[in-house]
Formats: sequence, structure tokens, C-alpha cells
Amino acid sequence: MTLSYSKLQRKMLMTVLAWIVAFLIFFPVFWMILTSFKSETEAISRVPHLFFSATLDGYRAVQEQANYLHFAWNSLVVSLGSTVLALVFAIPSAYSMAFSPTRRTRGTLLWMLSTKMMPPVGALVSVYLIFRDAGLLDTKTGLLIVDALANLPIIVWMLYTYFKEVPREVLEAARMDGAGPLREIYNLLLPLSMPGIVSTSLLAVILAWNEAFWSLTLTTSKAAPLAAFIASFSSPEGLFYAKLSAASTMAIAPILLLGWASQKQLVRGLTFGAVK
Amino acid sequence: MSAVLCGALCHAQTTLTIATVNNGDMIVMQRLSKQFEQQHPDIHLDWVVLEENILRQKTTTDAATHGGQYDVVTIGPLEAPIWGRRGWLLPLQTRLSQSYDLNDVLKPIRDGASDSGNLYAVPFYAESSLTYYRKDLFAAAGLTMPAQPTYDDIARFAKALNNPAKDIYGVCLRGKPGWGENMAFITTMANTFGGRWFDAAWKPQFNSPQWRHAVQFYVDLLHKYGPPGSSSSGFNENLTLFENGRCGMWIDATVAASALSNANQSKVANTVGFAPAPVAVTPHGAQWLWFWALAVPASSKHADAAVKFVEWATSKQYIQLVAQADGWASVPPGTRHSTYEQPLYLASASFATLTYQSIMAADPLHPTREPVPYTGVQLVVIPAFPTIGNQVGQLLAAALVGNITVDQALEQAQYATERVEKRMEVGH
Amino acid sequence: MAAHAFNTTQPPPRGRRGVWSLNTPTITILFLWSLVPLLMTLWFSFRRYNLMAPDRIGFDGLGNYRYLLTDPGLALAIWNTILLLGAVLAITIGLGTVLAVLFDQEFFGRGIARVLVLAPFFIMPTVSSLLWKNMMMHPDNGFIAFLMRSVGLKPIDWFAVVPLTSIIIIVSWQWLPFALLTLLTAVQSLDAERKEAARMDGAGPIAMFRYIILPHLGRAIAATTMIETIFLLGIFAEIYVTTSGGPGFASTNLSFLIYRYVLQEYDIGGAAVAALLAIVLANILAFFLMRSFARNLET
Repeated sequence: MTLSYSKLQRKMLMTVLAWIVAFLIFFPVFWMILTSFKSETEAISRVPHLFFSATLDGYRAVQEQANYLHFAWNSLVVSLGSTVLALVFAIPSAYSMAFSPTRRTRGTLLWMLSTKMMPPVGALVSVYLIFRDAGLLDTKTGLLIVDALANLPIIVWMLYTYFKEVPREVLEAARMDGAGPLREIYNLLLPLSMPGIVSTSLLAVILAWNEAFWSLTLTTSKAAPLAAFIASFSSPEGLFYAKLSAASTMAIAPILLLGWASQKQLVRGLTFGAVK
Repeated sequence: MSAVLCGALCHAQTTLTIATVNNGDMIVMQRLSKQFEQQHPDIHLDWVVLEENILRQKTTTDAATHGGQYDVVTIGPLEAPIWGRRGWLLPLQTRLSQSYDLNDVLKPIRDGASDSGNLYAVPFYAESSLTYYRKDLFAAAGLTMPAQPTYDDIARFAKALNNPAKDIYGVCLRGKPGWGENMAFITTMANTFGGRWFDAAWKPQFNSPQWRHAVQFYVDLLHKYGPPGSSSSGFNENLTLFENGRCGMWIDATVAASALSNANQSKVANTVGFAPAPVAVTPHGAQWLWFWALAVPASSKHADAAVKFVEWATSKQYIQLVAQADGWASVPPGTRHSTYEQPLYLASASFATLTYQSIMAADPLHPTREPVPYTGVQLVVIPAFPTIGNQVGQLLAAALVGNITVDQALEQAQYATERVEKRMEVGH
Repeated sequence: MAAHAFNTTQPPPRGRRGVWSLNTPTITILFLWSLVPLLMTLWFSFRRYNLMAPDRIGFDGLGNYRYLLTDPGLALAIWNTILLLGAVLAITIGLGTVLAVLFDQEFFGRGIARVLVLAPFFIMPTVSSLLWKNMMMHPDNGFIAFLMRSVGLKPIDWFAVVPLTSIIIIVSWQWLPFALLTLLTAVQSLDAERKEAARMDGAGPIAMFRYIILPHLGRAIAATTMIETIFLLGIFAEIYVTTSGGPGFASTNLSFLIYRYVLQEYDIGGAAVAALLAIVLANILAFFLMRSFARNLET
């Protein structure tokens, strides 16, 4: 009796603690969503009101000025496309390193990661000039390729750690049956490591969705994703908090929902080979 | 008949990509441009509306690398002459139609958008600077704003109005670093204190007594009577403060006047007063001149259609159109004499005459008391200016915060400017 | 499962030709993607090249190097880069570890609370910077200023007085969920039996954390550090939105310095040298990180 009582007490304490933390971390997002339903004057009020007459003016103004769906569609195509493209390269690559490692494997992996160490802005002019000459400026294809390349090292690495956990015997058995590497990947490795691939893909989609630098510099209108949508509402002349909050809420909503819906899958894959 | 068929079938119509700033007047233009598309069924408009700094980065990169991404760009007094000289923009004076009435466009702006007799951009709206003040607070303190205030007046008034206990600060001024932010204001101050950016031999003048006096005055003013957070306040932040009754005075762009008088968003709409920008020892360069203008990049593949649009958006008819749609108080200000001859406009905008006078008084060709080798009032129209202006702006912001003294800031500004000048061969 | 995984540490079988070649496409495109811009950057670094002065493009010898190395903001920018990286890593991993243990506990509404905590990771950096700047940290109408005023304190002017700290707070907020997520996964993978066994042996919560949980987290911490480092070295959006690197150079890091050179000053030559310097710095950091985490990251 006393044991279960103290257990309950402990659980209550944990509940309070964890919820305080969760609330503190989430508060800015909550505040932004709340602000998106305020009028512009209410939004900059020095003494904020939790209760106010909600209005959709912010959203209306945003939609009147910019076609949200156009930007969201571009974001969707680019983040999904770049993830698929990166996976096409990353899966064979991670497979070969996980199941046919050599002395250079570790060095190769680290080198791949190090290609992400150059600040993107440092490569801007080079990439811009290449894109201009290749006719890739303001194309979804161009942005998709850049995002895929930018995420590729991390995707390879995550898949690699995941593939390492797949029991080798299973694959070897298949090999006895005469299956080639590609069949081996397709028939056995992919189903066995699906959770890892899913969470890696989710992470890649999130990173591509939130990528702002290349999105802003390499697109103008046709291929402009949500990062550009946001940039058209930040810091105009005059009051803008409510409109900016509305635009921001619209920009993050899809990825936030996706992230929340898939958090179990996401969590399962972020093991980096730690599961033993 | 064929036109009807084509409207349904031909996708071979011209698409213009228009890059513009996300300010209110441009949003109105975007909305009203449906009419332009109706009048020109063969032209489709694609809008790129961005925050000012990002827009500038993108259009500059595009112009300099001949990317050809835009058919119409929105640029300011720094870009127009420099880009024009480089051949990045189409000269417009011969392309505009007779009915456009170029002489109706205010001369200081035409001057600012031209280089060697070629006009490279036509203004969409223009602004100078004004002193905004609270008539109710002035009356309560027994003060009167003179027809032409001086900076000593401002300091005296600010002292009398400052009441932090009641969340009212004597004066709000820009402090956010950037060549178009704090440096725009501080340069007008330095001008009227008798200073200039460069002497005739392109030697920077930050170590002159005029600059020291002006900057010290500015820092003292904000330290003693300014609101918290001044070092990150730009136009917007101060507009918000003033609208909420937190500033006794504010010296900034004339475009703020219509926002401040709009009772829907401004709590001080009935008590805001307007006066010219303050002066110190000379009226030269005391009020700035800025405009947003439309231009057609030389790399545009649809130059004729682009010129048509530029002409439409900056015409008298467009101003009429805005007046019909949103009322006279909302028309883009500061570009045309004819706007200021409209009795309805003058009646609905009490600040109109003062705005007009301030713009006409600004002279970008002779901005300072002593002669200078450059043009531009609150900016220096040379390619190196953003580099220099941003660095000096950061140093003066550091002085405002108190990380360094005014003397240190100006000394470092002098060094930084000489360094950039040498690198960019300014004056050669 | 455990037995299978054990096998992976055995020497790999040889003689599977064709498998290694599956890695070639990735290596090739990454090689091109990193090498072509690098070579162009190297080329630019010896050129006088400002976008605004196309008439002055030409060979400049070591002029760009001389100019950058005498930049009065350079030393501080390097220092700020390291400080920003170190502080954010310490905060996110330190706090993330504690929170991972907390969120591993049984409590009411655990699913929802976890979901809330993850939110910042899904938000674009520009949005979160704008949000913190305008609605949280604004010295006048920000929420923190409101809280401070209501308890009688004078609000802090965050971006003027403690610019770099403010940016560290924002970036830490963005990356805490990621650290929490990976660490939580690791904590959860610690089997219940081992924890129960330790508890039976009389281990208190602190001993449990110190001797059972922490050692188990090594790999997760290494992985988090690695990924965060990659992204933190390139941070500039947060700085651009909030402080523009100031006041003075107080919050300029190397990445923002390059940004300033490229997109505010259009000085491609100077930026190229700064970019090369950033690569050198990143590789030095990477070298140390890899060395200290090599065991944990090993196959």
C-alpha cells in the first residue's frame, strides 16, 4: 500500500515537473500561434492578454498577398523529392560500407560528413553561377538537387549506423541463394531496416523543409518555397506581428503535424546504432 | 475573335517577374495590378515580394551576374545611378510615352535616379524626414514646437517630456545598425551640424569636430531621454512605440505620417503634430531623400512589356486608381507635383504640404554645407557605400550601447572607412 | 538480436566484388559538390572580385588575404564561432540528458508532453528567430519584458546588452529537442531489467544516473555532437534576423562574417578567403571532435 502510494506520489511529481518543462519549451510556439489570431494592435500590446477577441484578419491579409498553396507545394515537392533522390544514392552507399567495410570506410564516412562543414554562404557565388549557366535558377529541380546533396552525408551516415544492426547471417543466407547485391538490398535489407529508413527520411524531410538559405537565394518565384513566403512578411513598414505570426504558423503547420504524427518513428530511428 | 481564342488557348503570353519590397504601398500595387492585367491580357504578372534587405541581396546578385531573373526591380537612390552606369538597367526617358509627363515627377527624385543625363528608374513613392511630436504632451508641458525646430530645441523638449515612470520617453530615434537604418538618420544630423562624409579629396571626415559633435549629441539624447532598446530600433520599432504613445518626439521618414494619423492603428492619431526635421548650424542636408523606384534590368527578355508596367504603376492614373480604391490618404506619396495639386489629397492628409516641402528642399546633388565629391543626402552614391555604411553603423551602435566611447567609435569608423576606400579604390 | 549484432565486430568477409562500387556514385557526386565550389572559392580568393565593381575584376595576389586578416572583426568572429558552438552543445546536451531521463519516467500525459517538447525542432530557423526577437525578447513589447515588469524588474535589452548570449538561447532552444530526442531514444534502449537490477542493488537515482545511464549515452552524445556541430558552424540566419552581428562585432561569427562579405558588401574575393578560413577552422574542430569521439562513432 505504502509502496504504491509513494509510487503515485513520484508519478505526480514527475508529471508536474515534466509538464512545466514541456510548457516552457513549447510556450514561444504557443504564443506565436495565439498572436496569429490577434489584431495587429493587440499583437504589440505591452500587457499581453490571454483572452482577446480572435480574428482571422492576419490569415486573410496573408492569403490576399501571397498564394500559400503555391509556396507549400514547392516546399513539399522539394523536400520529398530531395529526400527520395538522396536515398537513391545513400542506400547503396551505406549498404556497401556497412557490409563490405574496408580500412578506409571510417575515413570515407568522416570525409562525407566534412563536406557539410563549408558554410553554405561561402559557396553561394560559385553555386549561383553554375546554376545560372545550367538554367537551374528558380527551378524546383535545382533546389531539390542542392537539398539532396546537402543532406546526403547525414543520410548516408544514419543509414550506415542502422544497417550495421541488421544481422549479417540473414543477408549471407540470401547470398548463398545467389542473390546479387541489389536484390539483397531490395528483398532483405530494406524490409529489415524499414524503421531506420523511415526515421532517416523524416529527418531529411524536416531539414529540407526548414532549409532557408539555398531556398531564398536560388529561387525567385516559380520554385519559391515557404522560406520565401516568410521573407515576404518579415519587417515591412508598419505593424506586422499578427501577419508574420499567421504566415509563420501556416509555414510550419504541415511539418509540425508531420513531425508530431511521426514522432514515434522518428524517435525509433535516431539510435545511431546504440541499440544493442 | 482571334484575341478571344488566344485568351483561351495561347499560353504564349508574356510573363513579367516583378521584384518588390513588402511595404504597404507595394502590397496595394500588387492588389491593383489585376487591372493592369485586364488592360493587357497578353501580359501576366508574377510577384516576388520580399523584405527589403533580402530583396536587395537578390536583385543585386541577379543584376551583377546578369541572371535575368527579373523584368522589373524595385530599387532605391543607391542602386539606380550605379546600376545604370554599369549598364545593368535600361535608360527609361526615351521609352516612356508622352502622356507619362516626366516633368511632373519631382526634380530631386529624377536627379537621384539619373546618371549622366539618363533616367534609370521612375519613383513609386518617395520620402523625406520630419519631426513628429505629441501636441497633447507639448501643451501639458507648456511647450510649443517652432516652425523650424533646432536640435537644441529637441534636447530641451526631450528633457521636459521624458517621463520613464509613465513609460513616456522624450525622443525616439533610430539606433539599429545599417546604412539604411541608423546611418540614414545620423548622416542628416552630421550634415546639419556642418559635417560631411568625405572632403573633396575623398578623405573620410569622422574625425572632424562636426561629426564628433553630432554623434555625441545623438548618443546623449538617446541615453538621457530615449526608450530602452534603441540600439535595435529601426523605423518599424519606433513607429510602433510612437503609435502606442511612448515617444514625446520622433524624427523619421515622412511615410510614417499617414500611419500615425490612422486612428485604426495609432493611439495618438488625434494628437500627433508635424514639423520639419530639426536643424543645427546649417539647413543643408538636414532632411533626407529616399525613394523606391521601379526599373527594368537590361537582362529582361520582355523589356517592352516591363516598361509598360513600370509606366502604369508610377503614372498619374495609378495614383487616381489608389485614391478611388482606398481613399486619397493612401496614395503613394512624394513622387508627382500633380498629387499635391489635388485638393482632396491636401484635405485628407494634413502632413502632405510639409512632406512636399521637405522633399523639394532636399538636394542630392549638393547635400552638405561644404562641397563634396559625391551625391546623395543621407547616403553616398558609390558602390562601396553599403560596406562602409554598415561598418560605421555597427560602430555607432556599439557607441550607443556604451561598449565603446563616441571618440573610439569615430576613430574606428575613420580607420574602417579608409581601409575600405583603399580596397575599393574610392575616388579613382 | 544481441548475438547477431555482436558479429558485426568480426573482421569483414573479403572478396565481394561489386559491393564497394555501390559507394562510388555517392562519393563522386559529393566529391564534385564539395570540390567544384572549393576550387572556385580558391580561384576567387586570388582575384579582385566585387559584384558592384565589375570594371575592376582581376588578379589580386594576396590582397584578399591581407584584407581579411587585418579585418578588425576577424579574431572576435572566430572566438564567437567557438563560443557559440561550445555553449549550445553544452546546453543542449547537458539539459537534454537531464530532460531525457525526466521524459523517460512514467507520468500523466507523457505522449502529449513529449510532442510539445519536440516542436521547436520543426520550426524554420528564420521563423524562430523572428519569433524570439519580436515576441519574446523585445525589450518593450516582448513577453519576457512583460514578465520582468510585472515583478518590478527593469526589462533587459537582450540584443544590445547580451547579444551573443541571446543568440545562444535561441539556438539552444532550436536544438534542445533534437538532443533530447536522440538521448531519450538511448535512455529508452537501456533495458528495464538492468535498471531494475541496479535499483535492487540499492542504487539511488543519482548513482543510477551516474553509473548506469550516463555511460550508456556515450554514442548518442557523440552522434548529437557531430550533427549539431555541422549545423552550428554554419549558423547565420539567427544572427542576421536578430542583431546583424552587432553591436559592433559582438555577435558576428565566421559564418555571418562571410555572409556580410558576400551579400552585404558583394566582396566575393574577401568572402572566398573567409570561407577558406572557415573550412580550415571546421576541419580543426572536426579533427578534435572525431578524435575524442572516435571510439563512440566507430563501426
